[in-house]
Amino acid sequence: MKFFASLVDRLMATTKTNEKIGALEEYFHNASDRDKVWVIALFTGRRPKRTISSTLLRVWCAEYCQLPLWLVEECYHTVGDLSETIALLIDAYYTPDTHPADHSLTHYIEAFHQVEKATEAERKQVMLQGWKELQTVTERFIFNKLLSGSFRIGVSQQLMVKALAKVTQLEPAVIAHRISGKWDPGKITFDELLNDAGSLADDSRPYPFYLAYPLEAEPESLGSIEDWQAEWKWDGIRGQLIKRNNEFFVWSRGEELMTDKFPEYDPICKLLPDGTVLDGEIIVANGNEPLPFSLMQKRIGRKNLSNKIMQEAPVSFFAYDLLELNFEDYRSRPLAERRLALEQVVKLVNHEKLQLSSVVTCATWQELRELREESRQHYAEGFMLKRKDSVYQTGRKRGDWWKWKLDPMTIDCVMIYAQKGSGRRSNLYTDYTFAVRDGDSLVPFAKAYSGLTDKEFAQVDAFVKRNAIEKFGPVRTVKPDLVFELAFEGIAESNRHKSGVAVRFPRIKRWRHDKKPDEINTLDDLRQLLELYGTN
Amino acid sequence: MGLIQFTDKGLFCTKGGFYIDPWRPVDHAIITHGHSDHAKGGSKNYLCHTYSKPILQHRLGEANYQTVVWDQKLTINGVTVSLHPAGHVIGSSQVRVEYKGEVYVFSGDYKTEDDGISGAFAPVRCHTFITESTFGLPIYKWKPQQHIYNDMQQWILQNKQEGKASVLLAYSLGKAQRILGAISQVTDEIYVHGAIYNMQEVLLAHQLHHVKVIRISNELPKEKYRNAVIVAPPGADGTSWMKKFTPYRTAICSGWMQVRGNQRRRNADKGFVLSDHCDFEGLLSSIKATGCEKAFVTHGFQSVFTKYLNEIGIDASEVKTAYGNEAEEETEKEADQLNHPSS
Repeated sequence: MKFFASLVDRLMATTKTNEKIGALEEYFHNASDRDKVWVIALFTGRRPKRTISSTLLRVWCAEYCQLPLWLVEECYHTVGDLSETIALLIDAYYTPDTHPADHSLTHYIEAFHQVEKATEAERKQVMLQGWKELQTVTERFIFNKLLSGSFRIGVSQQLMVKALAKVTQLEPAVIAHRISGKWDPGKITFDELLNDAGSLADDSRPYPFYLAYPLEAEPESLGSIEDWQAEWKWDGIRGQLIKRNNEFFVWSRGEELMTDKFPEYDPICKLLPDGTVLDGEIIVANGNEPLPFSLMQKRIGRKNLSNKIMQEAPVSFFAYDLLELNFEDYRSRPLAERRLALEQVVKLVNHEKLQLSSVVTCATWQELRELREESRQHYAEGFMLKRKDSVYQTGRKRGDWWKWKLDPMTIDCVMIYAQKGSGRRSNLYTDYTFAVRDGDSLVPFAKAYSGLTDKEFAQVDAFVKRNAIEKFGPVRTVKPDLVFELAFEGIAESNRHKSGVAVRFPRIKRWRHDKKPDEINTLDDLRQLLELYGTN
Repeated sequence: MGLIQFTDKGLFCTKGGFYIDPWRPVDHAIITHGHSDHAKGGSKNYLCHTYSKPILQHRLGEANYQTVVWDQKLTINGVTVSLHPAGHVIGSSQVRVEYKGEVYVFSGDYKTEDDGISGAFAPVRCHTFITESTFGLPIYKWKPQQHIYNDMQQWILQNKQEGKASVLLAYSLGKAQRILGAISQVTDEIYVHGAIYNMQEVLLAHQLHHVKVIRISNELPKEKYRNAVIVAPPGADGTSWMKKFTPYRTAICSGWMQVRGNQRRRNADKGFVLSDHCDFEGLLSSIKATGCEKAFVTHGFQSVFTKYLNEIGIDASEVKTAYGNEAEEETEKEADQLNHPSS
């Protein structure tokens, strides 16, 4: 564990990409084969199956430190990360009564795996053993993290790809593809994962998504509209449909395998030619007619897909790109060519669940601009602009693809609750609940935690610390004094909130120092927006 | 009614007619130490420790200062007043107030580990103890300072080896002096920001510290900063003032660095967990050592800490004060000085 811990320490000790890549490179040159595979897995969000609940961790930690459980909870709210909280507490109350050990990373992962069906006492034994035999806060932090969540230590997928490309001397795009998809870090070797043989073995592997930046300038700056393809920007889940060797996979952009979540797509699979990968939007729709996104949220939240929810929230796949055909990688062909091939595939399949995301043709940018105002009627967020001769790139890139979104809706509201954030916002009140006025009362309608500068967050934090009304647990009720303009993309009816509405992607647009709490918007204003743009 | 009242101007001794660390101007103020959230200007008369006087003069300007040494007893309107070492920064003191056998002690800010320059904290027996709780959570547990100094020295040597300057960010009063002592063992030339230079000049002139430093200025050629060791206040971080040190690494020296997220938020390359306040155990052991019947808890995690004290059988209540913002205020003040480097 020491070797991996020193990598984690080095990664956290720098903010510079090159130093991080250097640290990873050195690690991959020297670490054991099995540990290396686990590190790739852990840093790309593939954690081992959880075998000990966080509740038990808290209880055992409190017991070991002889602290009341509520105090452990308070620490957690301040630190914002349970693994770190426990590592700090164990470190503070540790009495050296166990022989220090330096087992491998894989050793601990396997130890957790082995207690999956063990008794609580046996699981506790594994936990205490680790806490005691490991020696530093970092080692214990990693140990806890193996159970409780993903490592957020500033290593992005992209960074990992760059480091592995250096180690293996392969192209970054090749690496990105090979480490994506479904593979079992407990079974695959480093070479199998990264060399050719391994990539052939896995038919499920998706391509890294090409992502667009928002267009901040006017579209005229992009040159002639003739060179661009415009499509509605759908409000769904970006996904890839993959059929290889008659097996079918649905991936989300978050690299989550979601095949089971969308059984409606199974018929598409039968009709698709073998060796095909489509990029598109998983979208709640009746055939080619999109429905409100709020239905998708309802559906995604369910553990079991009932017939009822599948009827209420049916899904289609709006395809907009073709990445592989006849097992051939199409990504380096120009969009215009990919589009033609895509149109043929969709036609061939000819199933209502597979729709072609239509191209919107306008003679001028101005015409398109006017059409964009109607986005909400189409359940779209604006347009995607793609250069017709663009290749399908890897990750978020500027230049060839842009999202040109509609301006968000906005509401002035007042902050009424605050909660401390996590990660780099640890011990800072950065998660807020906002309310609008309804007569004499304030009605909460949205939570947001982005949009302010670090300095503004510090100011709000200081305000919360001085004006908190209730003091225990994570949430503080604060004096309704600070007014913010909140921006959001959509609005729908909801019975989850007191206000009866739910807004989509709420974020703070600006702090309205110029407004007083009695000048904020009302519940009626929200209802009016709901009537105008409501999607449910 | 208690001997010390919590008023909207600060802690007020009813019988003695004086305030302790008032945040508004008053007639008689006893000052625990020179940090800006405890020492405010504008009062008519100040009483402080001998070592604090030059610091207050530097920060608040000329005023009517009366000084005492630790354990020296004064009688003010029949109330016995004395100062006792708090170990927080140079001159920092606890204030003991006694009237007809009843003893109150206000801790000010304090730390239990002796840093060799601030005087060694000694608990004072009392009936009522008013304590800070800046780090009043059990996650805050400090390593011995020598351990941290060693790490710091290693870090500097490594940066040097890699051709980088080391920029240590620390408050100009307190943390800076501790760090200067530690790093003077690995370098002869320490470059400092004007705010730290000015403070250091004051301390040197009164023999309160011994490390000589070089003031960073536009007249110095940039080559001087190659592989150099620089100490600057936190407010300097991220400003264009830092550019001249490139290439460099930054380290923040603060108890808050105990939590990784804080370190990441500040975007520093390194965080040294070095505090001028007690850790959780330090707070508990100090409170117990006073033998107090009643504890009042202020600035920090006062709600949580108070609840815990009550659970372990120490009668405690929380009080609101305006203390605990030394970080914000000093940072702002020091940022101002960056804009007016001559001041």
